[in-house]
Amino acid sequence: MKTATLETFIHAWGRRGLALQATFALTFLYLPILILIIYSFNASRFNANWTGFTLKWYQKLFSGLTESTADISTQSLWISLQNSLIIAIISTVIASILGTMMALALERFRFPGSKLLEALLLLPIIIPEITLGVSLLVFFTLVFRILENLTGIRLTLGLPSVIISHATFSIAFITITVRARLADLDPALEEAALDLGANEWKTFWRVTFPLIFPAILSGALLAFTLSLDDFVVTFFTTGVGATTLPLFVYGMIKLSITPVINAISTLMLLASLFLVISSLKLQDQVSVKH
Amino acid sequence: MAFLLQKPSHSTLETRKTKNLLLLLLPPTIWLLVFFIIPLVIVFIYSFLQRGTYGGVTWEFTWSNYQRLANDLYLNIFWRSLGLAALTTLICLIIGYPLAFFIATASPRWRNLLLFLVIIPFWTNFLVRTYAWIIILRSEGLINTVLQSLNLIQEPLNLLFTPFAVIIGLIYGYLPFMILPLYATIERLNFSLVEAAQDLGANDIRTFLRIILPLTYPGIIAGSILVFIPALGAFITPDILGGAKTVMVGNLIQNQFLQARHWPFGSALSMGLMILVLIPVMIYFRSSNSENSL
Repeated sequence: MKTATLETFIHAWGRRGLALQATFALTFLYLPILILIIYSFNASRFNANWTGFTLKWYQKLFSGLTESTADISTQSLWISLQNSLIIAIISTVIASILGTMMALALERFRFPGSKLLEALLLLPIIIPEITLGVSLLVFFTLVFRILENLTGIRLTLGLPSVIISHATFSIAFITITVRARLADLDPALEEAALDLGANEWKTFWRVTFPLIFPAILSGALLAFTLSLDDFVVTFFTTGVGATTLPLFVYGMIKLSITPVINAISTLMLLASLFLVISSLKLQDQVSVKH
Repeated sequence: MAFLLQKPSHSTLETRKTKNLLLLLLPPTIWLLVFFIIPLVIVFIYSFLQRGTYGGVTWEFTWSNYQRLANDLYLNIFWRSLGLAALTTLICLIIGYPLAFFIATASPRWRNLLLFLVIIPFWTNFLVRTYAWIIILRSEGLINTVLQSLNLIQEPLNLLFTPFAVIIGLIYGYLPFMILPLYATIERLNFSLVEAAQDLGANDIRTFLRIILPLTYPGIIAGSILVFIPALGAFITPDILGGAKTVMVGNLIQNQFLQARHWPFGSALSMGLMILVLIPVMIYFRSSNSENSL
């Protein structure tokens, strides 16, 4: 009924115009992505003209994985991917645990200062990434210097500092996703478990956790993607030997335009497509169960 | 009966609840305090310190970083960033609103497909999406190749490393952030109000301006904030697509921290950027709070 009146309104307004505009907007969103994919198969190295189909950029890319004779840059590309995955996995696990705890505290308890805490939680999402990046750079540098003066142990930026930084900006996303699920959950289920003699710990693992797990997973996937994608915060908190895939690609872009970047970019696009679909499937699961 | 006797008294239940709350609350709160609030406080303090000889800081109070920020050179970069971010937001709104409207009013099947199409770029690596524009805009790029082969131009146009390229890149990067909240509000719109307006004789334009636009205002504001904030602090887009003439605050901050190694001035710039960003957010939360209390 609602859609019907809506459509009559738009019909008078010009549904065709809207459809045309939508086509234009979606073309704008997809044309660059398509061009990137097409050019990753273009034989020409420098020209935008199509000079024939080739897989050589992909071959070059994968040679870094299998052949010891591959040039150093393609080898270090795979190391950067490995770094990206290590960072994304560990930071996602940390953020999922902390974010879920925060969601449970905010959703299941009433306490003074909860509004303030909610604001604190949202702040890392709101403030510009570059501010977060430089503040973590300054923080780590200062802490490392103090530690060195106190203990003589010299610490430098590297994988751990990037992992901590990524976990920090991911916590809020997990909390938001899990809280939404907790709010939908009937508290009677937990009360019933408690009345039947289960303690809080048992109630959580047997009742609450299985019910919120899809939401945690969905939030974790978002955090995982954010971590894999992140450039700015990583740029400031990384050290020697902790280059991530986006940082590596950035270096390649800065140095020269080689079609190998098109090939990596295409693979990164496919990876995000896979992640989106997984996430949507999970969200469907959440709403179906609901 | 024994079971009843074992039931904890009210007060022990309360203390147990408090204990549980603290167990849940402390780890994430401490994490955010240590790795988020304290770093921001340090940057705030650094912005009042002086630069050390080798790029560090000396612990002497000064206003000079903020005075330097008021210099025309840096103020211009702030103004340019504000202008580019505002223009990006406006164009995203102009492109995004009709699209969000179209998606929200499509049949459920189409709606899901179109939403999916908007979400994919939203999840796609920002750097990769920005890089795609280099292929399109550079002098041997797609636009110039097409125009030259059509004999429309003789010499390649200078498109890359211009403010135009930065604006395109920003719009492209943040358009999904505009569409999604707009879609959410339009989809929830109560269309009996639209009907009522039309029954009362309002024409389409009037209905749109008086009913639909005000009702979707929260989505417009939310989308605008989501686009404006990252656009204002943008670093990758001006770095990759803009030339030396299209430096934005983000690049300036990066430069102060990594090349010039003037951390106190970089800190002052970060503080300036953060304040610029927090103003619209505070206004938004004020207005949405007052709306909730209605």
